[in-house]
Amino acid sequence: MQRIGVFVCWCGSNIAGTVDVEAVAEALSHEPGVVHAANYQYMCSEAGQNLIKDAIREHNLTGIVVCSCSPRMHEATFRKTAAAAGLNPYMVEIANIREQCSWIHKDKATGTEKAIILGRAAIAKVTLNAPLIAGESPVTKRALVIGGGIAGIQTALDIAEAGFEVDIVEKQPTIGGKMTQIDKTFPTLDCAACILTPKMVDCAQNEKIDILSYSEVTDVKGFVGNFHVKIKKKARYVDETKCTGCGLCTEKCPVKAVPNEFNLGMDNRRAVYIPFAQAVPKVATIDPNHCNMLKNGKCGLCAKLCTAGAIDYKQQDEIIEREYGAIVVATGYNPIKLDNYDEFAYSQSPDVVTSLEFERLTNAAGPTNGTLLRPSDGKHPHTIVFVQCVGSRDTSGCGKEYCSKICCMYTAKHAMLTREKYPDTDVYVFYIDVRTPGKNFDEFYRRAVEEYGVHYIKGMVGKVAPQSDGKLMVQASDLISNEQLHIEADMVVLAAAIEPDKSARPLATMLTASMDTNDFFTEAHPKLRPVESPTAGIFLSGACQGPKDIPETVSQASAAAAKVIGLLAKDKLTCNPCVAHSDELMCNGCSSCEKVCPYGAITYLDKEFRMPNRTTAIRRVASVNEAVCQGCGACTVACPSGAMDLKGFSNSQIMAEVDAICKMK
Amino acid sequence: MIFSYYPGCTLKNKAQDLDRYARRSAEALGITLSELDEWQCCGGAYPMAANETGVRLSSVRALMAARERGQALVTLCSACHNVIKQTNYDIVRDATFSERANNYMAPEEYHGETQVYHYLELLRDVVGFEELSKKVKNPLTGKKVGAYYGCLLLRPSKALQMDNPENPKIMEDFLRAIGAEPVVYPYRNECCGGYVTLEDRALAAKKSGNVLASAADTGAELLVTACPLCLYNLTKTTSADQKLPVLYFTELLAEALGVKD
Repeated sequence: MQRIGVFVCWCGSNIAGTVDVEAVAEALSHEPGVVHAANYQYMCSEAGQNLIKDAIREHNLTGIVVCSCSPRMHEATFRKTAAAAGLNPYMVEIANIREQCSWIHKDKATGTEKAIILGRAAIAKVTLNAPLIAGESPVTKRALVIGGGIAGIQTALDIAEAGFEVDIVEKQPTIGGKMTQIDKTFPTLDCAACILTPKMVDCAQNEKIDILSYSEVTDVKGFVGNFHVKIKKKARYVDETKCTGCGLCTEKCPVKAVPNEFNLGMDNRRAVYIPFAQAVPKVATIDPNHCNMLKNGKCGLCAKLCTAGAIDYKQQDEIIEREYGAIVVATGYNPIKLDNYDEFAYSQSPDVVTSLEFERLTNAAGPTNGTLLRPSDGKHPHTIVFVQCVGSRDTSGCGKEYCSKICCMYTAKHAMLTREKYPDTDVYVFYIDVRTPGKNFDEFYRRAVEEYGVHYIKGMVGKVAPQSDGKLMVQASDLISNEQLHIEADMVVLAAAIEPDKSARPLATMLTASMDTNDFFTEAHPKLRPVESPTAGIFLSGACQGPKDIPETVSQASAAAAKVIGLLAKDKLTCNPCVAHSDELMCNGCSSCEKVCPYGAITYLDKEFRMPNRTTAIRRVASVNEAVCQGCGACTVACPSGAMDLKGFSNSQIMAEVDAICKMK
Repeated sequence: MIFSYYPGCTLKNKAQDLDRYARRSAEALGITLSELDEWQCCGGAYPMAANETGVRLSSVRALMAARERGQALVTLCSACHNVIKQTNYDIVRDATFSERANNYMAPEEYHGETQVYHYLELLRDVVGFEELSKKVKNPLTGKKVGAYYGCLLLRPSKALQMDNPENPKIMEDFLRAIGAEPVVYPYRNECCGGYVTLEDRALAAKKSGNVLASAADTGAELLVTACPLCLYNLTKTTSADQKLPVLYFTELLAEALGVKD
């Protein structure tokens, strides 16, 4: 017979505010098997844990139920407490009476009744618990970073610095990401390329780092410490080991009119190209959609020119398979498409540009060599209107409901730099709110207003109308003076909302990592575990987790690296002992479990069994590899004969919980 | 093909051109518009602003009448179209409105079964602009025409599901089909002043004036609209020097099809 102790936590007023904790402890003390019940203000505190330890020793408890917060919060804490008092840690059950009870009920009587029922279910379950011993699994001491922007670069450098090998997989031909397209960085106005490109070079030169550019992750199997990943290295039709990056092919290629992605289509590149001068790896790539040789076999000029003999029109996509202990997601962001915002005439006038396009128009390596010129006629603009929150904080369904966070600051930067370089230009910024929290951020914005004379107007632009004289009529409201404004502008710059890269959603599915409704990766805990995914071994770096500026991205990237290093520094990981096991006598070898297992943990063995009358028979039965099984339970549901069961969550335990909940008292 | 047809009150007096040319053109295109019996006023645009149930019942009745006949319902006036389509949308999605409206309709019930087409949608989705262009007898070649959408024809776009309200093309495509040259001008979907004309004529004149100026600046010789109130504001409130001919789109259609007179 089990001797069970029940411990009801108040969580200050979090639980005690809507649940009568004393009544819960009293009611549960009468449940069968319960020999001790107590309540305490903070069960997770040292005093609370001591109370549990003392009770285990004093009452000789064989199992405990803690009625408290979610097991995601403190299950590990209380398991350690039990272990310290000599109890098997898997003889602990948590009844979640906070998130699933006190926080969602207003009425104390209802809350108390439900807490008692949840407690009863946990008692019914713990009565059937058996002690479990956790095994160990080895750790592959290599990390994978998906995405080679500033987030991925910083994470990879930090991991390599600690002495571990790390691969960066980047889908573009070069690493560097969005930061390569940015001209200057707020609030210090240092040049983005000057601070980024040395880091890119560091990555290339670091012998612990392997850059897989022009590559994509196509499959992920395994679990924390033991991921098996397939990476598709797309054919770039240039041998990376031979190409010297001289650029001769990119100058002579006859296909000249391919929109240049790096300059957001505002100028052209050739069919064979190096995205920009500081690209890493500095290797040419042939665009198969535009290369005449690849399309119809007519040309071959680059192969003739290349003195290194690097051009290889027959190159094929290659699948690389590697093992990793940890995976870092650093897939970044993109500005949203502005199709839903035709009132700003983005598709109708070339002089209406996005902020990222404006970066290119002011960048020395951009299509205008850094001179700000109107895209339509190449003339110097005299009036520029910046529109903030285009698609951000939008509850109409056209854009995103969240704040994109970086736009207030980069718009202040654009406005200030424009006024500094071209003092004859009138600059207007329309905003809903100016949000500039951050070190030296608000001072930066104030400088734009006070020293540079940028006209900040609270209100939104309703319409941008291209006129026959080439000007843009900007119709807007000034909410402070309650006036309708009409501004004749030469250029309009739209601060488009940012959203996660499109590759994030399929990647999350591969990694079984959770996402929110906006496709940002979810962290394990928003405050206390901000760089880890709830899926063990998956870490988050940069804007894939939420909108972020560069300083914040770099901090998070280093934080993710620290977590990865902590994991890779271990030689072995404690496995979860709550894994599936098959009752061989009941298994009929039907393969249902094998088909549903996402981890490939189930294999089949031909085993000899004793049969009646001293005969034997060979039968095919399922066998679970406990090191690979993650305890998801899919097989236990699929098994038609009831042979498959999950340790710690057996069918009988679950049914006992359900019975306890349904039992009328 | 037979469609139920809801002309609306204005089409019976001030906007008879809109109605007359629509019927003639439909006939030429092999479509029979069968006017609903004893239809009642849609209430103009007011029911949508007031969000009351009672004033929208006539729309529910019209939708039910078309369902009785087993026909889709064609509308023409922008305001009627707006009210009827929104009513059809809300009765499926707004449980409170649906319950209240159906309480009035008991013992019958209506749950959005009728398909509603604006006449332009009929041309685009049923006839097809390509098919229409084949039936044109007098193409309006070289005529620079600006489409004026106004506010009620496309918005709210979720309910009306007709075209992108910020950058529409249905009228431009229509103009192309009848051989004219559409002029895309920035103010084609701005407000004409609407009912404000009753209260503050000068404001309506300013709003309509902006539309005419923008159209003229972009090179339009002529404007077409589907809305009687827009036509009124554009032609009657604006000053004499701003005048640009404004016609119902059905008149150009009838002309192109050779059934104007």
